[in-house]
Amino acid sequence: MSTIDNKIPAGPLAEKWSKHKAAIKVVSPANKRKLDVIVVGTGLAGASAAASLSELGYNVHAFCYQDSPRRAHSIAAQGGINAAKNYQNDNDSVYRLFYDTIKGGDYRAREANVYRLAEVSPLIIDQCVAQGVPFAREYGGLLDNRSFGGVLVSRTFYARGQTGQQLLLGAYSALNRQIAKGGVKMYTRHEMLDVVVKEGKARGIIARDMVTGQVKRFGAHAVVVATGGYGNVFFLSTNAMGCNGSAAWQCYKKGAWFGNPCFVQIHPTCIPVHGDQQSKLTLMSESLRNDGRCWVPKKKEDAEKLQKGLIKANDIPEEDRDFYLERRYPSYGNLVPRDVASRAAKERCDAGYGVNNTGLAVYLDFKYSIERLGKKVIEARYGNLFQMYEKITDVDPYTEPMQIYPAIHYSMGGLWVDYNLMTNIPGLYAIGEANFSDHGANRLGASALMQGLADGYFVLPYTIGDYLANEIMTPKIDTKAPEFDEAEKAVTGRLQQLFNIKGKEPVDYFHKKLGHIMWDYVGMSRNEAGLIKAIAMMKELKKEFWSNVRIPGEMNNVNPELEKAGRVADAIEMGILMAQDALDRNESCGGHFREESVSEDGEAQRNDEKFTYVSCWEYKGEQAEPVLHKEDLVFENIKLSQRSYK
Amino acid sequence: MSKGSFLNASIGRKFLMSITGLFLIMFLMVHMSINLLLIFDDSGDLYNIAAHFMATNPLIKIMEPILALGFVIHIAWSLIITYQNMKARPVNYAKTEQGINSAWASRNMLILGAMLFIYMGIHLANFWWKMKFAGDPLLEHITVKGVEMENAYALVSELFKNSVIFSIVYILGGWLLGLHISHGFWSAFQTIGLNNQIWRKRLFIVAKVIGWIFTIGFGIIPIYFMIKF
Amino acid sequence: MADITLNKIYVKVWRQNSPKDSGRFETYEVENISQGSSFLEMLDILNDNLIREGKDPIAFDHDCREGICGMCSLYVNGRAHGPDRDITTCQLHMRKFKEGETITIEPWRAGAFPVIKDLIVDRTAFEKIQQAGGFVSVNTGGVPDGNAIPISKVDADEAMDAAACIGCGACVATCKNSSAMLFVAAKVSQFAKLPQGKVEGARRAKAMVAKMDELGFGGCTNTGACELECPKAISISHIARLNREYLVAKLAD
Repeated sequence: MSTIDNKIPAGPLAEKWSKHKAAIKVVSPANKRKLDVIVVGTGLAGASAAASLSELGYNVHAFCYQDSPRRAHSIAAQGGINAAKNYQNDNDSVYRLFYDTIKGGDYRAREANVYRLAEVSPLIIDQCVAQGVPFAREYGGLLDNRSFGGVLVSRTFYARGQTGQQLLLGAYSALNRQIAKGGVKMYTRHEMLDVVVKEGKARGIIARDMVTGQVKRFGAHAVVVATGGYGNVFFLSTNAMGCNGSAAWQCYKKGAWFGNPCFVQIHPTCIPVHGDQQSKLTLMSESLRNDGRCWVPKKKEDAEKLQKGLIKANDIPEEDRDFYLERRYPSYGNLVPRDVASRAAKERCDAGYGVNNTGLAVYLDFKYSIERLGKKVIEARYGNLFQMYEKITDVDPYTEPMQIYPAIHYSMGGLWVDYNLMTNIPGLYAIGEANFSDHGANRLGASALMQGLADGYFVLPYTIGDYLANEIMTPKIDTKAPEFDEAEKAVTGRLQQLFNIKGKEPVDYFHKKLGHIMWDYVGMSRNEAGLIKAIAMMKELKKEFWSNVRIPGEMNNVNPELEKAGRVADAIEMGILMAQDALDRNESCGGHFREESVSEDGEAQRNDEKFTYVSCWEYKGEQAEPVLHKEDLVFENIKLSQRSYK
Repeated sequence: MSKGSFLNASIGRKFLMSITGLFLIMFLMVHMSINLLLIFDDSGDLYNIAAHFMATNPLIKIMEPILALGFVIHIAWSLIITYQNMKARPVNYAKTEQGINSAWASRNMLILGAMLFIYMGIHLANFWWKMKFAGDPLLEHITVKGVEMENAYALVSELFKNSVIFSIVYILGGWLLGLHISHGFWSAFQTIGLNNQIWRKRLFIVAKVIGWIFTIGFGIIPIYFMIKF
Repeated sequence: MADITLNKIYVKVWRQNSPKDSGRFETYEVENISQGSSFLEMLDILNDNLIREGKDPIAFDHDCREGICGMCSLYVNGRAHGPDRDITTCQLHMRKFKEGETITIEPWRAGAFPVIKDLIVDRTAFEKIQQAGGFVSVNTGGVPDGNAIPISKVDADEAMDAAACIGCGACVATCKNSSAMLFVAAKVSQFAKLPQGKVEGARRAKAMVAKMDELGFGGCTNTGACELECPKAISISHIARLNREYLVAKLAD
């Protein structure tokens, strides 16, 4: 057994959270006023946490790199948010949501955390409705639900195809109310570049003002990192251009453990890469798989003709189409979970059946549902997505099938946190996508929004009190302390160092190179030899970066290249750790697929005996290798079984 | 209600423009109706009776200064609003394609208004000034149905009969007015808040129709006299 | 998707090193751009060239590159978000441009949106307007069940139409008066259509309009340009509702 204390309370699963809430300390209103909390990131988790903490009376300092908190990438979530409301009377329950999430995550998440997530999920919907979030409604005036991949009930609440936007704007409005009241001081266009640890506790951050270039110090009694995921290590992903894992990475370098870095989600339905000028990938909502059928040609010669542009999809007769998901997974068909669908698409393309000029695309065809339901129904359901697709590709998906291919979408891994969402550094918290906690090895659709808001509205505001109750005697944090001097010096030193390299290649050159290594060797399918090779290549890339990158412009002005350089420098290191973690985990689970661990029929094979643990990586310095700690995952309520969608 | 803050607020100012604008449209409706008598009775009697009524009726007398006030406010506030709006963009675009996303009249209400103001000056000098103050030999008193009155008909009809330039000025004036109102009418409803997704289409059509009515209604008079005489 | 490649285009772009700099246009050549590339990818390539030539790359705002975050701006060839309908600049593709064309790129122009650098403007004014009243005054927790108050589908849908605003500022940029009315109306109208928001509707309308005026945006003259250039096609009917809410609120004072 591991000795890691994850602070999970004892007792029956269903009572853990309420018992824990009753047991943890509470800070008096008079004392809250004296306590400062820094929240970095203003997505769903960050904005909801900052607003809620301010409502409680803490002095909150919130940071985001965009020009407004409203622009955090939570805004791009399309499909919806899960909640165990059972409004549809389809026998949904907290337990069922808990079970689906654990199973969907391929049994690599903590039972207690996931149960709590399911337990608070109904409150989120109530909260958002009260804020004026315009969820979709039925004609009777009640909230509407839709179903999503990997589950058997209808529990997904949505606001057209813009659920993430509406939820974020709800949290943003709560945040604005607190800014107006003076409870939150908002720092936009500020990027966190380091966390300051003093006497073993997180006591503040160093941030760069992205307009003036000034490096500033901020002190607080606790620091909350809500900075999202690290999908951009792959260069091409569905993340926003600015998304980065650097804040979490700085925490890691200050001693916070990184949990399950190799767990990243690859989303099956993205618009394929069009060429080497591409900067980012666009997601097409998972909901499309409800009515679209995935196929590639049965005959290789047809695929070759498609790749050369000699024929079109509609030229291929019915009997020559291979509906590979329906063939392989007859019971779930096109609605298998994301990781399964992604791998199946890759398998066909690798075998030479890809349908576009690069051979890296499959069809998602609506012809059949249009024939069955009529164009009007399909238009009502997916009109905005079809329009978006046409704008990007210049192809009309009503008459020709969509082309899709998997892309990096979400990182399940992140900073290790205990049940209180605190990292192993006291006073340093991680919430939302930035932590590792709730999705195991694969996240279900519509669960990211749920987790972000659960953490921010209903978990952190309670659990942070337990820590801060012991800090009421700590005076305002003095940012003149030597720890701040040192941290600021390190930050400015690194910026200066980047600036002074004056090499030949722009930052993107390295980022693209990193992306290729990651996608080829640490992507959808991984093996030992490839991972070892990738680590060596990235170490080489790191050297090349630090000797040949070119940063134009000025230090003390707007300088996107300088910002990117810092993030890419971190991303290279992150990529190495991801590969190391993937190398250690010689099993296939969720989004992590090791070619060495497959069943006889080629499906992913978990190894519960050896790998039922959370990988917690500890930084040991620039020259040393990181150390792996293992937090054993204990399943008391669910029996582990091999996932099957056949 | 603090009047100052309301009239200084952007919506308050526009509200005043809308109200005065709608009021002026109502006046113009009456004005045009009377004018149209010019072409329906070549003896001029009908027109003269109406003009005499307008000049002598006490209610109309009361309305006169209110009308003048309406004009003054409409014009003064248009200047204030335009000044404020211009101040909001200190640096202009080098290249702009506004024609793609909005109608010319909607963007140039001040220019239209200014041209109408000039037109109104000419118009007042031609008729109102002479009738009220300066007098004119053409206005010599006549008797219609036992009532003695000025021969306003003669003044108007002689102008159009004798001057192609003035006729064209008046046709142009009617056209400008139509353009101005084709935006102003529905815009006033929008500003007052009496508009929604369904009504905006209707109001838009009504505004266009009213605009054309004014253009044709005022423009037809000089055309009539030019052609007929 | 057989996109052709533009051999050469010219990009005439506003360069301004800082808010104090007076700024000027500069024209650059860009070669070999696939028409399948996005407009911002074309700028990425131009920047890559500039960096390699030892010049300062063009600073511009962008983030999600899928038309929802509202970060990207740019006045392209005389239109906010460029020559297409219902899109943001990041969704604009090079298919809209011709071989040898000169593309003019300017920052949003409005007194309330001062230029920070090159094509980046400061939209903090929008934040201030939202902070003035763009919320429902409820704390976390202690709220009724989500289904406690039925809301008609028509109202919910109309609220959603308004709520789709991404806060990019195209309305201000395109309006000849630099008016922020569509932006303010979107928020006021969304809440006016929902029972949760209606409670403090009067206070909200007054506070947000007052803030908008204070920050130096122009007034609305109903040209309708904002609606046509809005990437989310938000209707000016919402402006009518804002006017109504505001006037009724003022009458009650």
